[in-house]
Amino acid sequence: MGLRKVLDDMEPHFHTGGKYENWYALYEAVDTIFYRPSSVTKASSHVRDAVDMKRIMILVWMCTFPAMFFGMYNIGFQANTAMEAMGVASPDTWRHSIIGALSGYSAASLWDNMIYGALHFLPVYLVTFIVGGFWEVLFAAVRKHEVNEGFFVTSILFALSLPATIPLWQVALGITFGVVLAKEVFGGTGKNFLNPALAGRAFLFFAYPASMSGDAVWTAVDGFSGATALSQLAADGVAGLSVAWSDAFFGFVQGSMGETSTFAILIGGGALLVMRIAAWRIVAGVFLGMLGVSVLFNLIGSDTNPMFATPWYWHLVLGGFAFGMMYMATDPVSASMTNTGKWFYGALIGIMVVLIRVVNPAYPEGMMLAILFANLFSPFIDHFVVQANIKRRKARNV
Amino acid sequence: MSEVRKVLFAPIMNNNPIALQILGICSALAVTSSLSVSLVMAIALTLVTAFSNFFIAIIRNHIPSSIRIIVQMIVIASLVIVVDQILKAYAFEISKQLSVFVGLIITNCIVMGRAEAYAMKNPPGMSFIDGIGNGLGYSAMLLVVGFFRELLGAGKLFGVEIFQTVQNGGWYQPNGLMLLPPSAFFVIGLVIWALRSWKTDQVEAPDFKIAANSRVQEAH
Repeated sequence: MGLRKVLDDMEPHFHTGGKYENWYALYEAVDTIFYRPSSVTKASSHVRDAVDMKRIMILVWMCTFPAMFFGMYNIGFQANTAMEAMGVASPDTWRHSIIGALSGYSAASLWDNMIYGALHFLPVYLVTFIVGGFWEVLFAAVRKHEVNEGFFVTSILFALSLPATIPLWQVALGITFGVVLAKEVFGGTGKNFLNPALAGRAFLFFAYPASMSGDAVWTAVDGFSGATALSQLAADGVAGLSVAWSDAFFGFVQGSMGETSTFAILIGGGALLVMRIAAWRIVAGVFLGMLGVSVLFNLIGSDTNPMFATPWYWHLVLGGFAFGMMYMATDPVSASMTNTGKWFYGALIGIMVVLIRVVNPAYPEGMMLAILFANLFSPFIDHFVVQANIKRRKARNV
Repeated sequence: MSEVRKVLFAPIMNNNPIALQILGICSALAVTSSLSVSLVMAIALTLVTAFSNFFIAIIRNHIPSSIRIIVQMIVIASLVIVVDQILKAYAFEISKQLSVFVGLIITNCIVMGRAEAYAMKNPPGMSFIDGIGNGLGYSAMLLVVGFFRELLGAGKLFGVEIFQTVQNGGWYQPNGLMLLPPSAFFVIGLVIWALRSWKTDQVEAPDFKIAANSRVQEAH
C-alpha cells in the first residue's frame, strides 16, 4: 500500500541516530492513526483485541459530535434570538464579515444559526487543539513517550465546557494548565488523578470568574445579559424558570457550548454505554446519587432556599449535569477502577452536585467541582473496595 | 568559617525547608498573596527560628528528654508572643493581614524541626546561625511565591502597580486564582520542579518503576 510504504520509508529517520530522532513521538502518532501499532507485548499473558486506547479515544471524540453540532446550532439560535429581541442587526466583530458572506442573522434558519455558532466554537476548539497539542508533543518529545490520543477527548471536552464568549487567550491558558499541570507533571496520560479538561476549566473558573460565570457570558451577543436557568432556580425556584422542561431537555437554553442539550448528550453517551467505553456503573451511580439527594431535599423542604424544592428531572436537564455524567465522570483514568468502586464514585458525584447546587450559595452550578472532588477520592474508594475483597476472601478460607 | 557558611546558606538552595523538606507549607500558602505581607512573615519567622534555636541550645543539656517538646514549645511560644506584640505595636495593618498566622508560627514545622534536629545537639552560636539560615531559605521561597502571586494576581509589587489592570484602564486582566491560597501550591510546585531540574541530586528515587516498553521495530 502506498501510504504504508511512505511511512516505512520515513521511519528510519525518526529512530535513534536518525535525522529527526527528537520527533519520533510525532511520527508514531501519525503512523498509528492509520495502522495498528507495530509493538507487541512480549512478557506475560495478554488479551488481543482490535480496540486499543487510540480507537477508544477516537470513538469518545466522535460520540461528542451530537452535543457539539447541536451546541453550535444553539449558540447561533440563542444569539440570533437575543439580537432580534434587542433590535441589534449584526454583531460588530470580525465574525460579521464572514457571516455576511455566508449567511444571515435569522434565528429561524438552521444554516444561519450553525454558521454563527461555528464561528464561535471553532476558534475556541482550534486554539485548544493547537496550544494543548503543542504541550502534548513537547512533553512527548522531551520525555520520550508517545503522543496520546487522550488529548483528542480532553480538547473537545474542554472546548465544549466553555461559554461561547470566552476570550481565546484564556482558552490557551486554561488548556495549558489542564495539560501541563493536571496531566503531564504527573507523568502523562494514565497517571493524571484529575480530569485534565475539568482541571483546565476549573483554573479558568477561579482565575477569570467574569468570563466563566454570571449572567452576561452565556449568550454570544455583546451587551446581552440573561440569568441562566440555574440562577433563576436559585432565586425563585421552579416557578421562576423562564424555560420549559422540554426546551431544557432538547437544549434550547443558554449555557456552555456543549452542555445544553441533554438529548444530544444522551445520544452520544448512549453510544458510549452500548460500546462499553463509558462505564454504565458510573453513569448509574451519578444519576442515582443525584436522584436520592434531590428527593431528600424535596422532602426536607426549606422556607428560605427555593432550590430545596427543585425536582430531580430539573437537575438532570439543567447546567452541565448530563454532560459531566456522560463524558467527564466516565474518564477511565481519573474514575474508580473497581466495579463496586464505580458505584460509590458515581454516587459521590451525584450527591455532591446536588449539595453544591442547593446548599452552597456561591455557586449555582456544581458539576465541575463535584467531579473534581470525586476524582480525588477515587483511589481511596478503590483502596477500600480492594481491602474489603481481601477481607472477605480471608474470612472464607479460615 | 566554611562550616558557618554552609549552615547559613545551604538551606537557601541545597536544603530549602519548603522546597526539599516540604515544611512550613501552611503559612507559605496563606500569607503570600502580597509581597509586603510575605516579607514581614519571613522576617518574623527568621527571627523566631534564630532565637528559639539560640535559647534552646543554651539549655539543651538541662532539658529532660521526655518533656523536651513541651519545653521547646514554651520557648517558641514566648518568642512568638513577643513578635506578635511588636507587630501589633509597630505594623498594625500588616499584623491584621497576617491575622492568626503570626500566632501559628508556634506550630510551624520549620521552627520545631530546627529546634529538635539542630539546636538540641549544637552550641548556641551555631544554632543561632542555623536558625537564620533556615529562616532565609523560608524567606527566599516566600518572596518568590509572593512575587508571582502579587504580580499575576493584582498586577502589583509591594502595592506599586507594575501591570496596569483592565479595571484601571490598562491591558492586564488580573488572574483571580493567584489571589487564592491554592495557587501557592502550583507556584511552589513549579519552583520545586525548576529547582530539581537544576540540582538533580534533590530528585527523590521513584517509589516504583514501570517496566520498559518492548518495542519491536521489525514486526508489522
